[in-house]
Amino acid sequence: MSMLEVSHVSKSYGSKSVIADVNLAFEENKIYGLLGRNGAGKSTLLNIITDRIFPSSGEVKIDSENVADNDSKLGLMYLMSEVDLYPNGAKLSQIVKDSELIYGGFNHKLADKMIAEFKIDMGQKFGKLSTGYNSIFKLILALCLPVKFVILDEPVLGLDANHRELFYTELLDSYADNPRTFILSTHLIEEVANIISDVIILDQGRIILNQPVEDVLAKTHSVVGQKNEVEEYTKGLNVVGHDDMGNIRANYVYGDLDDRRLPDTVQLSNFDLQKLFVFLTNQYEGSKRHEN
Amino acid sequence: MQFEFNSSEPIYRQVAEQIEDAIASGGFEEGAQIPSTTEISKEFHINPATVLKGMNIAVSKQLIEKRRGLGMFVKQGARQRIVEAKRDGFFDAFIVNLVREARNLNISEEELLDLVKRGYSQ
Repeated sequence: MSMLEVSHVSKSYGSKSVIADVNLAFEENKIYGLLGRNGAGKSTLLNIITDRIFPSSGEVKIDSENVADNDSKLGLMYLMSEVDLYPNGAKLSQIVKDSELIYGGFNHKLADKMIAEFKIDMGQKFGKLSTGYNSIFKLILALCLPVKFVILDEPVLGLDANHRELFYTELLDSYADNPRTFILSTHLIEEVANIISDVIILDQGRIILNQPVEDVLAKTHSVVGQKNEVEEYTKGLNVVGHDDMGNIRANYVYGDLDDRRLPDTVQLSNFDLQKLFVFLTNQYEGSKRHEN
Repeated sequence: MQFEFNSSEPIYRQVAEQIEDAIASGGFEEGAQIPSTTEISKEFHINPATVLKGMNIAVSKQLIEKRRGLGMFVKQGARQRIVEAKRDGFFDAFIVNLVREARNLNISEEELLDLVKRGYSQ
């Protein structure tokens, strides 16, 4: 059982704190979604996990062993990142060969299938790839290298809708064939909402949510009806946002409802992950709106 | 199988319902094999653990069964079981709402019964 643990990791640049006391445990064979707004610290965190930058404090461990300068543990992770580490003049086929040597294996069968599906020319030079094909090439590496932790930072950057669909299908196919841990960092929450089993939300360098998606969704409640009745029903509950349409009010609650009686005229349903994300990472603006 | 997902109900429950609906409508015939967890996962971009959870609900309702090494199959009598379960829930699922809406619209019991008769005669 391989476990990736992040304990008490912080990172500051000068007096600016980017990551603040982050604690996470990534279990084997789960698909995690790491969500956060621009500048929340997602890429910094992923770069710390894979030992590309040093934390100011804290440590990252795989199976209780620190990963810093630890080649055998670092070889269990692959981070497909926006930062391009490959030489621009290298041919794609050469990068595959080099990566195969470093990681000690490569799933050529899957790679050939993906190369054909995405119609990518492996004779091209890495520096000449468009944004979309740059992503596609790194996704092929990520899925074909024999690692236990596949870390995808903005995996579908620059991909058109058809290629995104194709990628999610390949991801799930490859996961079914060879279960391992995936960490997907993305802005496109709706596209991954059903794919991930656990959701982690990073906001201003802190973890504000880390739970199975199913448990999270069970705690979302939209309460819609006449304004005064809705306010009465949600009094004392954790209201994270609201919408108004004339005298009709929708209050969005995150948390348990108590057993007070629901008036016939008030409707109760769940709301989705994207909406919750917007409310939770928008608290300042949300509370300001509340006062108006 | 025609999956259309909404965000207000857990996906695993929707998977179970879609399988049930497909059996009820005859889309999945009794004794026939249904798509595997992986196939559904890939096709609709759902985590395989979620699909499996939905499948397990259908298994526990005796609608489908696993045949080792072969896959999931619709059980004999599954359709009848679904019809019986739906009949049991018919009053709560439909009649309660029907009567409530009729009252809102000031439709009397007699008028409502006439409307039901008209529905049957069509």
